[in-house]
Amino acid sequence: MSDNANMTIYLKVWRQTSAASEGKFVDYKVDHVSPDMSFLEMFDVLNNELVHKGEDPIAFDHDCREGICGMCSMMINGKAHGGQKGTTTCQLHMRKFKSGDSIVVEPWRAKAFPLVKDLVVDRSAFDKIIQAGGYTTAQTGNAPDANANLIPKTIADEAMDAAACIGCGACVASCPNGSAMLFMGAKISQLALLPQGQPEAPKRALEMVKTHDELLFGNCTNHAECEATCPKEISIEHIARMNREYTKATFTYYEKERSAGA
Amino acid sequence: MSTNILDSKIPSGPLSEKWDKHRFDMKLVNPANKRKFTVIVVGTGLAGGAAAATLAELGYNVHAFCIQDSPRRAHSIAAQGGINAAKNYQNDGDSIKRLFYDTVKGGDYRSREANVYRLAQVSNNIIDQMVAQGVPFAREYGGYLDNRSFGGAQVSRTFYARGQTGQQLLLGAYSGMMKMVNKGKIKMFNRREMMDLVVVNNQARGIITRNLINGELERHVADAVLLCTGGYGNVFFLSTNAMASNVTAAWRSHKRGAYMANPCFTQIHPTCIPVHGDYQSKLTLMSESLRNDGRVWVPKKQNDTRKPNDIPEDERDYYLERVYPSFGNLAPRDVSSRQAKYRCDEGLGVGATKLAVYLDFRDAIKRDGESTIAGRYGNLFEMYERIVGDNPYKTPMMIYPAVHYTMGGLWVDYNLQSTIPGLHVLGEANFSDHGANRLGASALMQGLADGYFVIPYTLGHYFGSNKIDKVTTDHEAFKEAENRVKMADTKLLNMKGSRSVDDFHKDLGHIMWDHVGMARNEKGLKGAIADIRKLREQFWQDLKVPADNGNYNFELHKANRVADFLELGELMALDALERKESCGGHFREEFQTQDGEAVRNDEQFCHVAAWEFAGEKASPIRHTEELKYENVHLSTRSYK
Repeated sequence: MSDNANMTIYLKVWRQTSAASEGKFVDYKVDHVSPDMSFLEMFDVLNNELVHKGEDPIAFDHDCREGICGMCSMMINGKAHGGQKGTTTCQLHMRKFKSGDSIVVEPWRAKAFPLVKDLVVDRSAFDKIIQAGGYTTAQTGNAPDANANLIPKTIADEAMDAAACIGCGACVASCPNGSAMLFMGAKISQLALLPQGQPEAPKRALEMVKTHDELLFGNCTNHAECEATCPKEISIEHIARMNREYTKATFTYYEKERSAGA
Repeated sequence: MSTNILDSKIPSGPLSEKWDKHRFDMKLVNPANKRKFTVIVVGTGLAGGAAAATLAELGYNVHAFCIQDSPRRAHSIAAQGGINAAKNYQNDGDSIKRLFYDTVKGGDYRSREANVYRLAQVSNNIIDQMVAQGVPFAREYGGYLDNRSFGGAQVSRTFYARGQTGQQLLLGAYSGMMKMVNKGKIKMFNRREMMDLVVVNNQARGIITRNLINGELERHVADAVLLCTGGYGNVFFLSTNAMASNVTAAWRSHKRGAYMANPCFTQIHPTCIPVHGDYQSKLTLMSESLRNDGRVWVPKKQNDTRKPNDIPEDERDYYLERVYPSFGNLAPRDVSSRQAKYRCDEGLGVGATKLAVYLDFRDAIKRDGESTIAGRYGNLFEMYERIVGDNPYKTPMMIYPAVHYTMGGLWVDYNLQSTIPGLHVLGEANFSDHGANRLGASALMQGLADGYFVIPYTLGHYFGSNKIDKVTTDHEAFKEAENRVKMADTKLLNMKGSRSVDDFHKDLGHIMWDHVGMARNEKGLKGAIADIRKLREQFWQDLKVPADNGNYNFELHKANRVADFLELGELMALDALERKESCGGHFREEFQTQDGEAVRNDEQFCHVAAWEFAGEKASPIRHTEELKYENVHLSTRSYK
């Protein structure tokens, strides 16, 4: 509880005003840290102190603070989200550290995620990958009854494993190639597993991969760093399924221009 | 106090035929003309995301705005438990009428019958639509959809995707949006915050936004504006809302003429992780679905310091099962929260702060096995352990009520239009469907119903029956609105006082929680109004915001939001003061039975209170809309 707020933490935080300016590490000492605080609450305390001192507080992305929105994104001691299994930065708690610890905090670093300020990066490339085909084309109003297509529990569960992706970008930040194949594979795999994703499956795989590459994400060379740091523990099996979908599509998919008719 | 009658535009005819009749009576816009209209959609949660995607599919040009870096992160994403629908797949007695009835009763008879009936009618289409979009709802082994139970209902009608239903539904709506972005029908504006509404000739015609990264103010013009900006629970500082959730878009629209309805109707959710320190930034919900298998209890004797597992069965008070034998642990949220408060008031609370009760899975694990329980709630148990450091498989969870949802919001008619023509309000941001208390798994249902199946019809009707002149962003009204925002910014930046935005926000939160929270009384509410006024004065004299260098000044963003919360908080207290009855989440201590149940006053308060902004110095004006119950008999809500 709050009366044991007695830890002292030494932070080394990346500060950079904008993408165009130069960045550097700045040292901060945070006193009265409680083991019950989340990592971001420690940043709140520090920022409140900085505001009181008239200094520029540290910019970092965050929103739901319950590990589901995917907004928070810190590289903590070289590990995306701090390295606790299945945990986002907002759910990482200070009881995992010791008083006197030094912690290095950096933004996601990847070619496809340009820096905005301090620890904030621009992840809009993820939206562009989804725009290329990460959906079914079901228009509102024309859906059949929800039980019309039976989906075995095992398949639905596997699709759910993939769908759990929160789009935080830890996979990209952890990958030596800056690849978004886990993010993209999860979506392609989810929709490839389900019957309602079938009509668009080949086109989806081709278009999304093409867009991914154009956005300067690297390729997958099976380091599996992404799986290790994914806060939703998404398996690289989904990259394998994406590769199968992609290969299948290159053999089977062709788009013929036809006239629309009268 | 005025008693102006607000026109809810409820269609005539029998309840079950109203929506069908209205759909036929409404005007249509032909496909070729739809592309001539532009619609602004503010917020991309379930309501905004569904509306943006659907309106774009119909052919309208949609400009969508979100405060996060991607529309996929709107706070609908955090809903855990599920979404209701009257499919009756379980053959357990459900029907559209029963979902309607449960929702009206759950709302303690303070919602509109016609709206709620429509909600129940379209609930089934929502499930169909979401499955078609690839939402991986939980299934049985044979491939059929699974359901579970939620509070306030005796049927199993809740569809779910593990403990991440909101996320999966939002990603469904988001994927529909992305499809239409790809087709060029939605223009997406990320990291934007709506700062003001622009009204031209008494029609909502645009918004002023701030680009949160570079701070620039922008003008956007359209033929209609949809607010899908969620609730205002963060007025309490601590709530289950996301950090960026705020009332600014709704509040500034209120100041431009939209009435604010039932602002005091706040939902305090019974199962949240208890508060543990002043530095805390938010409260985390533990899904209501846990009450399917978890049993809520406190020790029978005060200051019992034994570990929960050492307290024998006959020294535990399973108070929900005792007080409400027929609903037991699945009593509705307002009722369950209040009972937890009573136990803690009686000195029976547990944990270091004594402001917690146990939620125990021991018996369920004994009955069904650990792996079955893990299958149902595994991710929630993990989340609890990460935050608290205790293992709920071995020791009971500690929970306490927390602010979660606001039933109040901008007043809308049956067409979801506010008192400003052209300004439509969807989802949690409006007041319409949940009365004084929302049942679990109904927020997702309402957001998607509004976005997918109501606004696509009613917005066409608005375009079809109104003349909308050509307006550009050079219009004087845009200039005025932008200047208002600039002036407020200048004032906020130039005070150079001594206290931070969070300092003020926390003070406001304490006032709200203590006096406008789970239990309210006349003295407390009057005191709260005086305290909020004092705090607001201090805020405008002593605030410290870092200088603006045109680069992501989030302290300035927060300052604007807290400035609005400081005004809203007062209105909430005033609304609670004027509503001299207890109903749903609004519990006035003066109006209760001997055993602490709410006492409604249907004679005087069976109405919606809709507040009109009357100027910075004037008192707001209270208007009412009578609630007529033609199909449901008003009775004292009983879950016993």
